[in-house]
Amino acid sequence: MIATPVVSVRDLRVYYGTVRGTVRAVDRVSLDIGTSEVLGLVGESGCGKSTLGRGILGLLPESAASDGEVQYGGKNLLTMSAKELRHYRGPELGLIFQEPMTRLNPLMRIEDHFRETLEQHEPRLSGREIRKRSLETLGRMGIPPTRFRQYPHEFSGGMRQRIMIALALVLRPKLLIADEPTTSLDVIVEAQILSILADLRENFGTALLLITHNLGIVAEACDRVAVMYAGEIVEEGAARDVFAEPAHPYTQALLRSTISLETTDLHSIPGAPPDLIAPPPACRFRPRCPEAMSVCEEKHPVEERIDHRRVLCWLHGPHDQIPEGGAEKLGREEISVADEA
Amino acid sequence: MRTRPDVGVDDDVLVSVRGLRTHYSIRGSFGQRLVGREAGNVKAVDDVSFDLRKGEVLGLVGESGSGKTTLGRTILGLVRATDGSVRFDGEEITTMSERELRTLRRQMQIVFQDPHASLNPAMTIADSVGHPLRIHKVVSGRELERRVAETLETVGLAPAEQFLGKYPSDLSGGQKQRAVIARAIILNPVLLVADEPVSMLDMSVRAKILALMLDLRRELDLTYLYITHDLATAKFFCDRIAILYLGRIVEIGPSASIYEDPKHPYTQALLRAIPEPDPRRSVPRDLPRGEVPDAASPPLGCSFHPRCPRAFEVCGWETRDLRDLLESRWSHQEEEEYARERALIENLDSLDIPRVDVRLRAASRRGADVLELLEAAREEDPDEPFWRGVRSTRAVDDQAEISWHEPVEPRALDVGPVRVECHLYDEDALAEAERRRVETAGSEKAGV
Repeated sequence: MIATPVVSVRDLRVYYGTVRGTVRAVDRVSLDIGTSEVLGLVGESGCGKSTLGRGILGLLPESAASDGEVQYGGKNLLTMSAKELRHYRGPELGLIFQEPMTRLNPLMRIEDHFRETLEQHEPRLSGREIRKRSLETLGRMGIPPTRFRQYPHEFSGGMRQRIMIALALVLRPKLLIADEPTTSLDVIVEAQILSILADLRENFGTALLLITHNLGIVAEACDRVAVMYAGEIVEEGAARDVFAEPAHPYTQALLRSTISLETTDLHSIPGAPPDLIAPPPACRFRPRCPEAMSVCEEKHPVEERIDHRRVLCWLHGPHDQIPEGGAEKLGREEISVADEA
Repeated sequence: MRTRPDVGVDDDVLVSVRGLRTHYSIRGSFGQRLVGREAGNVKAVDDVSFDLRKGEVLGLVGESGSGKTTLGRTILGLVRATDGSVRFDGEEITTMSERELRTLRRQMQIVFQDPHASLNPAMTIADSVGHPLRIHKVVSGRELERRVAETLETVGLAPAEQFLGKYPSDLSGGQKQRAVIARAIILNPVLLVADEPVSMLDMSVRAKILALMLDLRRELDLTYLYITHDLATAKFFCDRIAILYLGRIVEIGPSASIYEDPKHPYTQALLRAIPEPDPRRSVPRDLPRGEVPDAASPPLGCSFHPRCPRAFEVCGWETRDLRDLLESRWSHQEEEEYARERALIENLDSLDIPRVDVRLRAASRRGADVLELLEAAREEDPDEPFWRGVRSTRAVDDQAEISWHEPVEPRALDVGPVRVECHLYDEDALAEAERRRVETAGSEKAGV
């Protein structure tokens, strides 16, 4: 565990009300992010990773209900009033969205975006200081001062994303949540942005939660990784260790199915992630898991710590809680090709 | 059978593309249109030639704006070519009428990137998949139903009864893409153009769709044109790869050679940029700066030269490269320092017009002040390839005159099994660069 986490999430639950029933998008998630640390949060679409990111910042739609704790600076963000929370968002907690194109105001110059942000959160700054801080942050992102007075449409996609990052960083937040920050960008620009994000801790000391579906990005940019499946974190540990020796069968399957330059065989995960309105009662991965045992159908797995890793899987224990005969192999359920994500 | 007017057409070639250009004109402002002036045009596809052999999978790989999608569509006749030729099974399609094309389209089909947008939400899967049969009046009634059910099972949507009456919104992303593929193959096409067929899907589903496409290739004898930005899936899927940059094929060859020994600096950069999921393998990467430039006014000479770490004298250095150089210098400076340097040059926008020589007016009325700024920039980073492109600099009264070496247009060269468009492999271009180097050194000496 981290000595002094910047943010500490405990038993966070986020449920959405829908006409069909309650969607358990995030279900009892706990995690810590340390100072200057990059934590990767990976999972497939619909696993709840974006909801978790927004839940930490209290940016949930009205149809969502949340429960648990998000400890930041000795306070629980979840029980704060909206007004109080607004003081934290920006100067303390920043967010970078997926679509850089749609998050900048097309009618405002870049300069005005920065002025508005800084005036809002640091009203004591003079005009000169605002300009200096903005140009300095933009410069670190490779945006030249000559373009300070231009409009968003005059920039390329990669530059707009760098402006977005600069806009979040100009307030020097302690924690930055980046939700798929490179998904709509080309591979070279993606790599440029990732190297900027990786340098954050050196330049700004910012802790970063990097939400992505791309395992390659996690391996390149993150210290630790949390793997999310059906609203739960099923495995968490040092990125290097998790990728070298994945413990949870889902992590193993996800890594095997990733197509990289080293791929020589195609692998996929049979079946589809469960419906989060009525997920499997015990282990949520059980129907797709090749290693399933009879206990996996009966009891919800209990988190087990192995060295610096935690895993939510009966294969790794705790063995004294597995009922007699519970270790009997079941294997994967019969899944037709058509039943897939 | 079809007659083949051309002598020497390779029997194995399904699609033969020669000197193909697709240009889009940009509509300017109302005023410009009023006086009949176009704002220019975008060379989306610019002099592309290649052959697609029967049964082959050819990958068209490039970043957004490289022209890969336009190229795919031009080959299908969905976009009209501006110039050049596309022969499908020996028949020229660039000059075909819409009616002739429609008959031919039974043999060539396309799968788009977004399965959610490719299916009509108001049509059942049976209607969508059977639609081509109805449009081309191939079969109807019972026989149509039978063909639809059979095709659904071919693509893995089995049992078909379970899917026939469903709507796209009832299906997962992977299932939708299977339905889209079913619709594309129901007419038994020869050629399938797949435009980013898996990039919208989750990792765990991508492998399934690619495996399906490989199975179909074997079972139905398909030829694929696989359009993608993803070099990792292309490596697995393609027999040959063409790398596109700003409308041109900069490198084309067998997959094995492209991945093991990429020749073009752009291909090398693309391969280095792919994030590798195995952290033990990741290495620090030197990435090319910047992004794909605006296709409406591409760089002079080789389009990749402003980002290329190995560019030299004749690659096309020009005014806009100087602006980029100054701006990147300024973005790292303290504000006061920047303000001082920026004030030296009166009008920076004169660098936006692509030219190989320019006169910059110094705000101080001393051209030498601007030259001093350039000298400082050169000293800071003397290895920057830009400086190799500079032919001469001199102060003329209140102006600084800068000129660059005339660019040599890159040409396609056969290097081993690949064809590459890069001066690094062109003896003539290298010799020309050497000659210019000697010349520049000589005039510098004479200047002293």
